[in-house]
This record gives sequence, structure tokens and C-alpha cells, in this order.
Amino acid sequence: MNSFRGFVIKEFKQIYRDTRTLVVLFGMPVLMLLIFGFAIRNEVNNAKVGVLDLAKDEVSSVIIQKVSSSKAFQIDAYLTSYDEVESIFRKGDIKEIIVFEKDFTRNLTRKGNASIQIITDATDPNLANIVQTYTKAIIGDYVQELNANIKPDVGIKTRTKMMYNEELASVNLFVPGLIAVILMLVSALMTSISITKEKEMGNMEILLVSPLKPSHIIIGKVLPYLVLSIVNVFTILILSKFIFGVPFVGSYLLFFAESILFIVTALSLGVFISSVANNQQTAMMVSLVVLLLPTILLSGFIFPVESMPFPLQVISNIIPAKWFLVIVRGIMLKGSGILIIWKETAILIGITLVFMTLSLKNFKVRLQ
Amino acid sequence: MRIIQFLLQKEFLQIFRNKAMLPIIFVIPVVQLLVLSFAATYELKEADFALVDRDQSIASRELVSKLQATGYFTLQSEFTSGDEALIHLEKGEVAFVVQIPKNFQQSLSSKTATSIQLVIDAVDGSLANLINSYVNSIVQDFSVEKSAVIDLTGPQNIPLPIIKKISTQAINWYNPNLDYITYMVPGILVVLVSMIGLFLSGMNIVREREIGTIEQLNVTPITKFQFMIGKLVPFWVIGMFDLLLGLTLARFGFQIPFLGSLTTILIIAGIYLVLIQALGLFISTITETQQQAMFIAWFIMVVFILMGGLFTPIESMPLWAQKVTLGNPVAYFIKIMRMVLLKGAGWKEVYGMVLIISSMATGLLAVSVNRYKKTTG
Repeated sequence: MNSFRGFVIKEFKQIYRDTRTLVVLFGMPVLMLLIFGFAIRNEVNNAKVGVLDLAKDEVSSVIIQKVSSSKAFQIDAYLTSYDEVESIFRKGDIKEIIVFEKDFTRNLTRKGNASIQIITDATDPNLANIVQTYTKAIIGDYVQELNANIKPDVGIKTRTKMMYNEELASVNLFVPGLIAVILMLVSALMTSISITKEKEMGNMEILLVSPLKPSHIIIGKVLPYLVLSIVNVFTILILSKFIFGVPFVGSYLLFFAESILFIVTALSLGVFISSVANNQQTAMMVSLVVLLLPTILLSGFIFPVESMPFPLQVISNIIPAKWFLVIVRGIMLKGSGILIIWKETAILIGITLVFMTLSLKNFKVRLQ
Repeated sequence: MRIIQFLLQKEFLQIFRNKAMLPIIFVIPVVQLLVLSFAATYELKEADFALVDRDQSIASRELVSKLQATGYFTLQSEFTSGDEALIHLEKGEVAFVVQIPKNFQQSLSSKTATSIQLVIDAVDGSLANLINSYVNSIVQDFSVEKSAVIDLTGPQNIPLPIIKKISTQAINWYNPNLDYITYMVPGILVVLVSMIGLFLSGMNIVREREIGTIEQLNVTPITKFQFMIGKLVPFWVIGMFDLLLGLTLARFGFQIPFLGSLTTILIIAGIYLVLIQALGLFISTITETQQQAMFIAWFIMVVFILMGGLFTPIESMPLWAQKVTLGNPVAYFIKIMRMVLLKGAGWKEVYGMVLIISSMATGLLAVSVNRYKKTTG
């Protein structure tokens, strides 16, 4: 037991003396949270639009005025003919061109129907869709203003209630995902590299001939990262609560239990990778490709799993972060208890057990 | 020149003898391109919903089948009470709940206003918005359809005052079907090439330092300059090869239109890779272990990718963040790739950005070559 203690102390010292990595380790969650909280939004800000006003009359200028006073848009170009559209789009800054037909006001007052063309640069389909919807909403509001005195009170209204995230803040969605990514990074990636490092440098031999048991070596390697991960979870939680006001509806106790479960999952993944890889470069590339990218892209962190094609939805089931995300979003935003998320928890435990056994089996006590 | 030749030979041998690295360099980019391109989509494909139908009438049935007919929404379960449905919403089994009130049909035929309630799981705000607007437009269509039928059959048809309408007509250029894959593939290619370039070159010199072989190199007559070339060229070649592989896949696998010139892309990619590798070199001059180098490289990459306009448009960032992206090489190259491949932009449109990338590359390369010292300690 004494030798084990000594080993653990050595590991802690080795990590905490490496200031550069420590700065990144603690700076990373903070910076990522700030980026997600402040810089990554789903609404549009100051998108540049062009106007082709063939009418140049009363109503068209009122609408242009409304568009330019909206926070989402910034009118950047006034075109004089259709031929300019192509060259303007090619330059790439302007995302949308609003075209008013000739005699716009006259058509509106006499025929009761005027038309506006919205040409978007749809190389980014998502953005094209958003700016289009925004523009239509502005025009729609204006039309309602015009018809304010006429009230057609027939038909069905939909009353929508946005549950769990009323103001549709994207930071609420990202925080749980961010926790998963950081934990994967710290627990799985760092562990796998630190164990393969011993192999590459030849220190593994020394450790293996020492009185330490293999399980002690692994636990000693893993402990410091467990501590680091827990500190990171706290940091993210505190920042998201006090800077971004992300709600936390459920139980903190359950949240920490689940976080520790996920950390153990990630650690066992890291140990497994290090038992397969022979040098740090391989370990790093494997954890990057097999763990981190799927955690970011296939877990539902940024892109909803429901939108993926069927084969990828199937694959996403073996990604631990997917289940952890469901759990954390449930606890933080919906206040779910263990009765609601027991299935996901069980799956996570299963994945952890599988990788623990695999890595114990693969861990070689002898050199070839 | 001969020294460089031998150095290159050594580096290539080292790379190709490492059995574990080969699949990483050549197979994984392909797999990633395939997986990421399909995974990275915000399009709504399918959402399950729960129904609480308190009316149980022909009209309510019709509305529900209208919702399902779009193919976006599937009725997963039906409940008699709202609370039960909400439990399923909390469990995440359904994405939203539709509640149809009593007397729905009656108020429709008597031309009084009625309303249905929509409860959406808004944890994912943008998805919730999409669902909301789709359901709304279906309900509006249904409502118009119903009132039109009633207007025709109703005995006392009161002429309404003229309602002024502005019809909008949307035209989507370059990508009329709003196909997401076409948009994502060029950007993902940039990310793959950058990751390979940055990580491999960032870790390489540190590895020599960590193992101790750097001292052996330091005592040879190899100059600083020759050493750097020996380290840069192999990964540059690999990066370009991966890019070509990816472009081939994009063209023939994903049928991405190549409107612009391929030569332009390759020349710019060449410059861009030098920049990325200079960044890798810089990282390796400020770190001591591979673990550190990798960690810092990964950190920088994540920030670059997230702020690069790949997943979320730069236009949706606040102004200050949009200004920050002006220093982000990944953002420039993603923009160039999209402009050239998808819109057919030529030198005239992109030369400004190429100039920025080139000067970044020169500057960074100078700094990192300067920082690299042949002495230890």
C-alpha cells in the first residue's frame, strides 16, 4: 500500500509540474464555454443584404427601412439591375438580395397584391433558410400592420409552449455537450497518452518489475485525471450558472454521480486505447478519431441525432457521450430523476464494464 | 541539396514504417469525410410526437393525418391526459405533444376561432423552432382549407374587405434544393487537412526532443534550414495527397459541383498547408513533450474550427466575434473552398484572402524557424 501511495504521489507531481498543460487543461473549458456562450448562436446578426428596388416608391422604401433597422440585417448594397446579382454573390459577403417589383405600391393598393422576390446565396443552406425566414417575418409584420383594421377571426391558432428552455438559448443546449467533450478530452485522451508515454520511454519496464501490481499502476495513472476532471466539471457548472444563467433544475447529487460514472467510462476508454497503441502519436490519433470527433459530431452535441441518416443513428448508440448528453440535459434542464434516466445510466455502466474488462485483458505484464 | 534528400528519405521511411500511422493518414480521412458529411446536418428529417385528442372527431383525425403526411412527423403514441404525454416528453421519447381541444370540429364549422396546443421539447432550441414553424404552417394550411370549404358551402357568404397581401417568392442560388451535404463537404475537407497537417508536424519535432534524437541531429552539420525542410515537406506531401483524395471523393462520391478551377484550389491549399505546418512548428518550439504539443494543437484547432464558420455561420456570431475570425486561417480557407467550388469564384474574388494567408504563412514560418535553436538548454 505504501508503494502504491508513493506511485500516486509521483503521478500527481508529474502532472502538476507541467504548467503549460495545466493552463490549457483549465483554460480550455473556460474558453470553450465562453465561445459557445457568446460567439456561437443560432440567430443571425448583421447579415449583409442587398436591395434591388425597381419600384422606388413609398411602400418599398418603408420596407427597406424596416429591414435595415432590424438587428439581423445590414443593407450593404443597392443594385440597379438583375445582372449585378451574380457578381455580388460571387464576392461572397452578401447573403441575400431583396427585389421589389415595378409599381410595387400601386399593385398593393389597387390589386391588393404586390410581390417581393428574395434571392439568397444558398451555398449555406442553413443561413439561407434563416435569413429568408427573418425577411418574411419582417414583411409579414408589415402586412399585418397594413391590415390592422380588418380582423379575420376565423381559423385555428396554435399556442406553442417551449418546454425546458423557454428563451431557446443555445448555451443551455451546449453546456451538457461541452461537459462531455471536456471530460473525454481530459480523461480519455490524456490518460491514453500518459500510459503510452511510459511504454515509449521504456519506463513501463521499470514499473512492471517493481512490486506494484498492474491494477495499481493503472489506478495510479488514472487518479490524477479523475481529480482534474471533477475540478473541470465544477468550473463549467459554476461558470454556466453565474455567467450565462443556465438553469439547473434537477438534483446536484445525481448529476455528480452520473458525471463520475461518465468519467470512469472515459478513463476506461483511455486505458483501453493505451493497451492497444504502442506510441503516443498513435494513441493520440486514435483517441482523436475514435473518441473526440464522434463525441462532438455524433452524440447530438451540435447536430441532432434525429437528423442523421439511419446508419449513423445506429452507430451513435455505441458512443457513450450520446447517453451522457441525454442524462445531463435531463437533469439540468428537465429536472429528471433516476426513474426517467435509468435506461441511459444502465447503458453507460454496460459500456464501462466492457471496456474495463477489455483493457485488463489486453494489459500486458510482460514485454515481448 | 544531398543532405535534404537524405533527411527526406529518413522522414518518409519513418512515417511509412509506422504501421499504426498508415491507416490514420490514408484511411481515416476518407471515413471521416463520409461520416461527418452525413452527420453534420441541421435538416429536420423525422420527429416523433404524442397526441392528446380530446375531440376525437373527423376534423381532428384529418389534422393529425395531415401532420403525418409530410413525412417529418410520426405519431408515436396517443394519450387521454396531457400529464401522461408530458412524461413521455420528459423521457425524450417524443419531440413534441399536440393537444386538440374539445369541440374542435364544432368551432371549425361554426367559424369561431379555436386553438390547438403545441408543447415542444425545446432543449435543442433550433430544432424546436423548426418543428414549431413546420407544424404551424401545416395547421395554417389546414385552417385555410377548412374555411375555404365552409365558405363555398356556407349559405350566407359575407364578402370580406380587401386584404392587402405581399407575396414573397424565394429563390435559392447555387443550391436550389438547400442540400446540406454540398455545403458541408468542402468545409470538412479543410478541417481534415488542417488536422493532419497541424498534429503531425506539431508532434514530430517534439518527438525527436522527447526521445533525445534531436541532440544527434543537432551535432550533425545539418543547418537549421535544411532540418526544417526535412520536417515540413513530408507532411506537406501527405496533406496534399489527403486533399486530393478528399476532392476526388467529393467530386465523384458526393457529386459536388466543381464550378471553379481545381488548380486555383490546389495552389491555395499549398500555401495554406505551409501556414498550418508553420503553426505546428511553432507549437513544437514552445513545448517539451508530445502530450503538451498535442494538447495545445488540439486546443487551437477546436477554437479555429468552432469559429471558422463550418458548423455555425460566421454571420450568427456577435460583431466582436466576427472581427476575431479575421485572424483565423481555417475560416479563410473554408470560405475560399466554398466560393471556388460552389460558386465558381476565381482569383479576382479570392486574391485578398490568399494574400492574407500567404503573409500569415511567411510571418509564422519566420518566427518559428527563428525560435528553433540547434543548441540545447
